[in-house]
Amino acid sequence: MKEELNTLEQTVLNDYKYGFVTDIDTDIVPKGINETLIRLIWAKKNEPDWMLDWRLKAYTQWQKMEEPKWPNVTYPAINYQDIIYYAAPKQKGQLKGLDELDPELRRTFEKLGISLDEQKRLSGVAVDVVMDSVSVATSFKKQLSEIGVIFCSMSEAIQQHPELVKKYLGSVVPMTDNYFAALNAAVFTDGSFCFIPKSVRCPMELSTYFRINAENSGQFERTLIIAEDDSYVSYLEGCTAPMRDENQLHAAVVELVALSKAEIKYSTVQNWYPGDKEGHGGIYNFVTKRGICIGEHSKISWTQVETGSAITWKYPSVILKGDGSIGEFYSIALTNNHQQADTGTKMIHLGKNTKSRIVSKGISAGYSNNSYRGLVRAGKGATNARNYSQCDSLLLGDKCGANTFPYIEVKNTTAVVEHEATTSKIGEDQLFYCKQRGIDTETAVALIVNGFAKEVMNQLPMEFAVEAQKLLAINLEGSVG
Amino acid sequence: MLSIKNIHAAIEGKQILNGINLEIKPGEVHAIMGPNGSGKSTLALVLAGREEYEITQGMVTFSGKDLLEMSPEDRAREGLFIAFQYPVEIPGVSTTNFIKTAVNEKRKYHGQEALDAVAFLKLMKEKMALVNMDQSLLSRSINEGFSGGEKKRNEIFQMAMLEPKLAILDETDSGLDIDALRVVAKGVNELRHKDRAILIITHYQRLLDYLQPDFVHVLYNGRIVRSGGKELALELEEKGYDFIKDEIGLTAGVQAGIN
Ligand SMILES: Nc1ncnc2c1ncn2[C@@H]1O[C@H](COP(=O)(O)OP(=O)(O)OP(=O)(O)O)[C@@H](O)[C@H]1O
Ligand SMILES: [Mg+2]
Repeated sequence: MKEELNTLEQTVLNDYKYGFVTDIDTDIVPKGINETLIRLIWAKKNEPDWMLDWRLKAYTQWQKMEEPKWPNVTYPAINYQDIIYYAAPKQKGQLKGLDELDPELRRTFEKLGISLDEQKRLSGVAVDVVMDSVSVATSFKKQLSEIGVIFCSMSEAIQQHPELVKKYLGSVVPMTDNYFAALNAAVFTDGSFCFIPKSVRCPMELSTYFRINAENSGQFERTLIIAEDDSYVSYLEGCTAPMRDENQLHAAVVELVALSKAEIKYSTVQNWYPGDKEGHGGIYNFVTKRGICIGEHSKISWTQVETGSAITWKYPSVILKGDGSIGEFYSIALTNNHQQADTGTKMIHLGKNTKSRIVSKGISAGYSNNSYRGLVRAGKGATNARNYSQCDSLLLGDKCGANTFPYIEVKNTTAVVEHEATTSKIGEDQLFYCKQRGIDTETAVALIVNGFAKEVMNQLPMEFAVEAQKLLAINLEGSVG
Repeated sequence: MLSIKNIHAAIEGKQILNGINLEIKPGEVHAIMGPNGSGKSTLALVLAGREEYEITQGMVTFSGKDLLEMSPEDRAREGLFIAFQYPVEIPGVSTTNFIKTAVNEKRKYHGQEALDAVAFLKLMKEKMALVNMDQSLLSRSINEGFSGGEKKRNEIFQMAMLEPKLAILDETDSGLDIDALRVVAKGVNELRHKDRAILIITHYQRLLDYLQPDFVHVLYNGRIVRSGGKELALELEEKGYDFIKDEIGLTAGVQAGIN
């Protein structure tokens, strides 16, 4: 009796709305990674020679490296020769405008709630859409270029703005930074590029929507955002993938560069396919995201809502080099069923009077495992550095787990680092209390989760916040019946 | 209003309620007393619909409807309220937001529109005054870090906000200081109404002095073994439960003889 009625453990069919597959002709290369593949990608992208050198160097390094074993996650060994590294929807040559986009692709993104129709966009969000290995469209490019903002695919940036790419690519996340970053450097196929010139406040939100469609493929994209002196940009990122029984690898690199007094706000709503309720399939989301506050009084703020992926391994970080610079990390990581997340941040204080703030909210349900891992380092020169970290965990039911691994390294005696952590449990007793007041399980869980996540949700741009709140509810449906 | 017929209930294979019969009519105040572990809270939880209990026999009607067929939330929306003996803490949800959700869920169920912020605030103010509820508690997570007495008072506050048809108060008087007890009693008395019934579970005479119940029942081993007027409570206070146990021992013996 008890077992069959335990609502928190009750499981319903996984309801992942974005799990469909688009039927489109795709240009696919054979499985496996080797030098030939890298030359093939390089050739397909029509890249300059220095890119080939860069890629090959990364490949050589990668072969000498080992997959990290320290994250608190378990998965069967990945066979890197069994992955398709390049899959691109076939398009008829270079698009002159958005209206030339394949209607099937347009429909796909509309189904995902991404309108590419510039007239229809009320909210002023420019979007670059990446399907599998390539960027298929970017909106508002022209309007943005009029004020000097460059917003385009990475491939285009390599062609059109080689001097910027050459200067900054790999400057924040070196190709040898870690195993997945090295892999990405060798085989990345596309991504988004943003450049905000001096004193420009980007008038619209820039965004990239990542979609995996092809089977057995991996997605390896790079995003590079450069904000010059006194500029501001808010950037959003969303992602989904079809439901499949096999795991798919997504290994991205994101680099942010903030010059003097510049501010970059980077928000992610990550909703990759999480796998089914038994833990089959889903995306391995192994991502390296890092920003550097090079200039004094610059600011980088990461906000992430991580609800998808079978495994999430990601630590959006900030290097606080410029004096008086500020780094922020706001995170909600939700895991349900058999999902695993090991996520957090690194705040590296190098400059004087640098400040950082970390607010991490982990929600675990089902049989999932959710770890926060964070490093706060104050270097010798980080006089008067300040950090405040708060890590809260919410457990729904008693089969899931939450861990907090805070690492603190302080080399300057004037630096102050504060860390607070809490763990709360929502069980049958809490749910029953709500029900006795006329609040059904679903409403109760939404109430509890939204209350818990509010501080981070408030950091998201309005339009995204609504979407993210819905996502939290949908992704918990399985856990509460 | 509430009619309990021969309810038997078990948890984890252990039989707790062994045939309870009880009729409660609108406007009445009943009290249930009985030694620790006799099944008083179990009865309240069974009526509220706690899933862990297995109802092995019997039936309950509430306002003419089959109570046991209803989900716990619908029972609440129909007007059943339990002031819990051990109110739970819910982190991250403010008391105000919690109660607002509860009030509006009930309104929705009855086809009424949700209260707007102004109307809700007005209702809150009114009911807060009724139970001397401390304003600062309302913005805190519900029951989290509340003192024992604050939790009990919060239960009565919620009762006042939800205006139930039948309120079951499970040892709301335990852990209250003298002033708080008076306030709770006042709150309950204000709620007394010809269309409303109250069932008080208690170990003490004090609250009953204030509330003057119409009926007092003694629960023992999952059965109501004595019912009477308010003087029964006085008798219990004076003599303890032993005299009742003796009586039942006798009754049980007689029954055994008959069978
Ligand atoms: N989950 C459970 N598992 C096993 N036994 C239980 C469980 N819940 C209650 N019981 C038992 O049921 C019996 C009745 O408990 P109940 O809480 O109804 O008593 P009570 O009359 O309210 O007592 P008190 O006056 O102490 O509040 C007790 O013996 C208790 O241990
Ligand atoms: Mg009890």
